[in-house]
Amino acid sequence: MTRLLQRLLGRLPIGWLQLTHKRGRFAAALSGVAFANVLVFVQLGLMNAMGAATLKPYGFFQADIMISASDANALSDGGNVARQWMLQALADPDVVEGMGLFVGNVPWDRGDRDITFTTFGIDPARPAFVAPGVIEDLHLLQVQGAAILDRLARGLPREEAAAIRSQTPRSFETQGRTLTAIGTFAGGGGFGGDGFMMLSDQTFLSLFPARSSAAPDHILLRLRPGADVAATITRLRGLISDKSLRIRSYADAGAEDLRYQQTQRPTGVIFGFGVLIGVLVGLVIVYQVLSADVADHLREYATFKAMGYGPRFFLGIVTEEALVLGVLGFLPGLVIGTAILTLMAAVTTLPLTMTAGMAVTVFMGTVVFSTLSGIIATRRLAAADPADLF
Amino acid sequence: MTAEDPIVTVRALNHWFGSGDARKQALENITLQLPRGSFTVLMGPSGSGKTTLLTLIGCLRSVQDGSVRLLGHELNGADDHALTRLRQRLGFIFQAHNLHESLTALQNVMMGVQVRPGVSDALASQAAARALGLVGLSDRMDYLPANLSGGQKQRVAVARALAGNPALVLADEPTAALDKDSAADVVDLLKRLGTERGTTTLLVTHDTRILDRADRILTLEDGRIVSVAGTG
Repeated sequence: MTRLLQRLLGRLPIGWLQLTHKRGRFAAALSGVAFANVLVFVQLGLMNAMGAATLKPYGFFQADIMISASDANALSDGGNVARQWMLQALADPDVVEGMGLFVGNVPWDRGDRDITFTTFGIDPARPAFVAPGVIEDLHLLQVQGAAILDRLARGLPREEAAAIRSQTPRSFETQGRTLTAIGTFAGGGGFGGDGFMMLSDQTFLSLFPARSSAAPDHILLRLRPGADVAATITRLRGLISDKSLRIRSYADAGAEDLRYQQTQRPTGVIFGFGVLIGVLVGLVIVYQVLSADVADHLREYATFKAMGYGPRFFLGIVTEEALVLGVLGFLPGLVIGTAILTLMAAVTTLPLTMTAGMAVTVFMGTVVFSTLSGIIATRRLAAADPADLF
Repeated sequence: MTAEDPIVTVRALNHWFGSGDARKQALENITLQLPRGSFTVLMGPSGSGKTTLLTLIGCLRSVQDGSVRLLGHELNGADDHALTRLRQRLGFIFQAHNLHESLTALQNVMMGVQVRPGVSDALASQAAARALGLVGLSDRMDYLPANLSGGQKQRVAVARALAGNPALVLADEPTAALDKDSAADVVDLLKRLGTERGTTTLLVTHDTRILDRADRILTLEDGRIVSVAGTG
């Protein structure tokens, strides 16, 4: 390693030699950097999981425009939208189809524990609104009380889920009604529920007697192929007299939901702060290590100054130390972070994964912030006055 | 600068520390020359200004008043960059060895060579090994300072100062930590380099054992040169 660094730097790797000279302290410093990396990885993993979980249900459907109530910041938040506005929207020449989307939480009391499904009530006669490949036997939902369950739901044993088919349905009680699961689809646990469930709008309304078919949670619209979504939205805003409604593209609805979750919801803000705290912890640890190292070697640095070494040389040493700490601390941080995320994913069924993007981002961040710490630490070098050596 | 010009010329040099009522004059009207290859010993009681003079000639402090010409360059008014560049052509031997604890003897000495731009690792290593040989430490090149005796550390520091073939060696009590034989060896080495390479030495010491080797002995008291003995 020393020879490799000597070749790379074109000089003695003093920073590396200095760090490795006191192995105990070096190991402690690397542990500190790794710990900061793990903190950031876990928080980023949670943030990404929240993003993936937020956008997941949007992927079950396909639409061009979504109309929601003014306070509907998320798919399962806010008030209802009058169905009449869907009929009004259908008057636009580019709008070819509309569907009311009902959303609610339905618990399944399984004795040992409840499974809470984020449940969508849809019109089974409008399969074009369901994304291809999500649900195979949508028409079966036309049977009153039929349900299609999320086979990846948290708390639902995989073998039990695998046994649910139209030929071997599984009935269960909820909200005083009997639902019959006749198939499954791949969803996954999220932050707001353990999994998802698809019902027909009629079955959904039977579970929520207070809800009305005239007031779905959202209205999905499909446009004719080639239609200009933005122009249609503008026309719809003129056409629909309730100006408080949120009329936006389906993609924008997902993006707004994600932004809301990350910046307005406490969980998103907490995860964001977690990342910030991880970065600050790493910054402080590297600064402390480098600062103490500079203080320990002030006399040697003063000697180098007397010999004619300039500021760039000292900046190079401290930066070299910062990079060594950053790079070598990152590797165990990556391994431990991956292990923790994998473990957490297995326990929570949240989509917690170590992505290449996360690894690259954290690595770059570690290098940048370590270098920044090093640059700050070099300020202590001003105390190394070679005239004091005599 | 010609070969006959002195390495160092000091004229009417004054230096003060502090300000206001606490201002104290450390050097007063110092004038001297150090010819090429000369071996000059600077003596005097503590607080007489020896170290201040050494640090001014060694570009470690800024000249306040008067003139110091080093290797043909005027130091009064020189900027930090110029002073740093000039220091690369000097060799410093401190009372404490100040070796880098995580570098081997060879690596410590290499640092004295690599300070000059464009010196390759191989060249620096050769020069460092040669310098360690001069001080009798060829068999200790890969030792860390912690594994060397006090005298050996000081000899490594001497090798570090000499390895870059400096024009001027500034030494502050270099023999204080050495036994009589080692001290004599170091001084003889500095003398020999003066003869062979033209290296000039200015040495601050209280060690009377080495006075007989000096070309010239300057004695400072209260910031003034009070006596000059010897030739040169």
